Amino acid sequence: MTDSLDIARRAIEMVGDRAEAEAVATVGRLALTRFANSFIHQNVSEDTVGVWLRVAADGRVAALQGNRSDDASLLRLVDGALEAASLQPRDEEWPGLSAPVEVPDVRHVDPATRDVAPELRAALVRDFIDAGEGLLGAGYCDSAFQEQSFVNTAGQEATGEDTRASIDGIHQTGVSAGSAHQTSMAIGDIDGSAAGQLAADRARRGMDAFDLKPGEYEVVLAPECVASIAIFLSVYGFSGKAVNEGQSFVELGRQQFDPQIEIFDDPLSPGALGVPFDTEGTPKRRLGLVAAGVTSGIAHDRRSAKKAGAESTGHAHPQSAVWGPVAADLVVQGGDESVEDLIAAVDRGLYVATFNYCRILDPKTQVVTGLTRNGTFMIENGKITGAVTNLRFTQSFVAALGPGNVLGFGDDTRFADSEFGAGFVRAPSARLASWNFTGGAEG
Amino acid sequence: MKLFELAQQAVESALAAGARYADARYVEARGESIDVLNGRVQSVDRNESAGVGVRALVGSSWGFFATPDTSDSALRRAGARAAEIAQASAVAPGDPLSLAEIPVVEADYETPHEEPPLEVSLSEKVDLLVAVTETMQAVDQIRLASASLGSWDTRKWFVSSQGHRISQHLVETGGGFDATAVGEAETQRRSYPQSVGQYETGGYEVIRRWDFAANAGRIAEEAAALLGAPECPEGEKTLILEGSQLALQIHESVGHAIELDRILGWEAAFAGTSHLELERLGTHKYGSELMNITADATLPGALGSFGFDDEGTPSQRVPIVDQGIWVGVLSGRDSASIAGLAPGGMVRADGFNRLPMVRMTNVGLLPGDSSLEEMIAETEDGVLMSTNRSWSIDDKRLNFQFGCEIGWEIKNGKRGRMIKNPTYTGITPKFWAQLDKLAGEAEWVHWGTPNCGKGQPMQVAHTGHSASPGRFATVRVGVRG
Repeated sequence: MTDSLDIARRAIEMVGDRAEAEAVATVGRLALTRFANSFIHQNVSEDTVGVWLRVAADGRVAALQGNRSDDASLLRLVDGALEAASLQPRDEEWPGLSAPVEVPDVRHVDPATRDVAPELRAALVRDFIDAGEGLLGAGYCDSAFQEQSFVNTAGQEATGEDTRASIDGIHQTGVSAGSAHQTSMAIGDIDGSAAGQLAADRARRGMDAFDLKPGEYEVVLAPECVASIAIFLSVYGFSGKAVNEGQSFVELGRQQFDPQIEIFDDPLSPGALGVPFDTEGTPKRRLGLVAAGVTSGIAHDRRSAKKAGAESTGHAHPQSAVWGPVAADLVVQGGDESVEDLIAAVDRGLYVATFNYCRILDPKTQVVTGLTRNGTFMIENGKITGAVTNLRFTQSFVAALGPGNVLGFGDDTRFADSEFGAGFVRAPSARLASWNFTGGAEG
Repeated sequence: MKLFELAQQAVESALAAGARYADARYVEARGESIDVLNGRVQSVDRNESAGVGVRALVGSSWGFFATPDTSDSALRRAGARAAEIAQASAVAPGDPLSLAEIPVVEADYETPHEEPPLEVSLSEKVDLLVAVTETMQAVDQIRLASASLGSWDTRKWFVSSQGHRISQHLVETGGGFDATAVGEAETQRRSYPQSVGQYETGGYEVIRRWDFAANAGRIAEEAAALLGAPECPEGEKTLILEGSQLALQIHESVGHAIELDRILGWEAAFAGTSHLELERLGTHKYGSELMNITADATLPGALGSFGFDDEGTPSQRVPIVDQGIWVGVLSGRDSASIAGLAPGGMVRADGFNRLPMVRMTNVGLLPGDSSLEEMIAETEDGVLMSTNRSWSIDDKRLNFQFGCEIGWEIKNGKRGRMIKNPTYTGITPKFWAQLDKLAGEAEWVHWGTPNCGKGQPMQVAHTGHSASPGRFATVRVGVRG
């Protein structure tokens, strides 16, 4: 029996027949090595324990969260949850518990990434820094292991574990910066030197940047930008709660995107991350969201599914009752063109390495404002001809991928940081016909 | 005393493992959040955590290890692990870090509060939120009426290898509500007291003072009216910001820019750097002469107030901008030492398991001598904007674009039509140079920001920003997507 499964079982046994209950227990280690000005300045590690317990007593629901797994602490958690529930009105939308159902036997675990020595992360950081000779490097390298178990009073049990490692950093020349990101299930896949070389190359090419007049430009977006678009579509659009509330752009069966667009949530395939079940014990599965440009799927937890008359798609998380279920194993289908091919097809436009500080103005229209960062380059006659200072954009993400606006996808699909963190989106580069830049360096 | 001794064990084991300085925090944290949507409880979440975080300094790097296991053996292991992790950083070393001197004290601090928020009955809180959402739902076109309350009760015991022994009990409470009207192809939202709710240090008396019930109907009616309102005009206008939006403007375009760790490049890859350069401290013109900003962790009731920071430095009031000139930074012991400044007591962590870092305290704009009504009366062609809806700013804290929930045209000294989707954009020093009117103390509020993200792993800090309404002479408004 695993540690997390033991914790979750003990919590549910303590509830007994006093209420419906579900428990999620996690045990793991998170370690992160951070560098700036080309040296390691912060190096942290923590042993993690988490217990999340939700009870429903006669339809009265409450959840408690703690980080102690001894019997006395668990009992306090259980009694606290039952007391909190008893003081509440009935929750008419309580969807009940997941029935016993088989969970796919999928483990995204690399044994060497369970407990990574700080010396290994430091060596990867050293490789990143050394790849940018004469430049200032900054960023992080982290490794994470988590074992997670689910148990409920209806008899459902599931347990799994996963590992992840990332390196994410920039090199700076003093007047410009370039970035690079890698994420994998296995720390052995992380190549600090290659990441450092990409960041250094972007930084050096970004020197002598000029101010470009804002306006509509054709763009080639690197995977980080495409990942940002995808996660905004997911959080504010494909969420069953957002759809139920009328706040989403989603219209199932309608051609809302270019026919080249394929977006799906793919938690079980090799190369994915995470455990194969959600925090309600629902098995995860592949969920199509956009097929040939037609909106085809919505992510549900049990609550949003009940309201919509649908079934949970396995996208619950502890806060999904409030924030909504989220598809966070996203894949944006790549194409067969190299990034160089995408750039070569552009007469006049921009190449953007990453977006920064994106914020949604209206979830229904998906109008988002943000900035370019760590590499914005002018493309003329199929070639990058110079660097451009960072630009502000105000752009509908749905319209950006709308029919006729997608001119190609790259063959470079990989995990890309989406501003929401590492490991949520696999995305390629994309060539789009138009992007609305609304401000430059001078406002 | 037992908890001090537990933490002391971790410090001693870090020193024995090679650290030249170490400290440890034993933290017990309890929190509660209640969310109600359309008259129904969506969630009641309570959380409890406890554990120890140990910080060890070796050479140029901090090592940090945290554990929820507070057995003697685990704490000794945690101290040694912190030192070992710091030592691993020698693969990529910098210049040795030193720590600015602070008084070594044994002290206790407790947030002044009247009603401990976790002792107020759950049913009283739920009843309030349900009633508020039902009031909002009664207004036509309101599809979503939500309300929430949150509170935190945190106890800390801090010890250092220099002899600090400090215990603190911090109490924070807040909440708010919002109404969303959904149209054919748009949503419009209004919220109260501000878009993330209003949070302060103090007990449940904070909630009673903001009187949710009296404001619910007005907020819902404004949200519904926005669906039929005209768009914000485009162009350069005189801009008046109500207090909570000006508070967010301060947070984003001043608060983060004056963080010394950003200025030194320590946050370059993620949060970013700053447009400020240390050699211009004392001479750089940040804004107009009306701009007087302080970082004041001693303000009663403000969300960023405490007794001591997480390095044991006493809370204090630090001048940041004096009559438009930049004069101060937010700092900790290590960053202040590098800059040759006195440490400001601004280093905090959001739990036992996070490394303390430079965070805003209460970075606020001191009041002026005007008033909102006087500013409107003295404006020929302008826009008044209220309550944040979106915020975005670049990594140097220069180029920003903010959206508000609601606006009004101002023509010939009178508040005119309501307008929707108001946005404005600018460059930080140019924008602050346009500040030409500032409301006085009667409209000065200690606004709270409970969701300030920074650091890797991500940390969320609770910060305060005192502000009254202000007027800016010429600003670009009405940016469209």
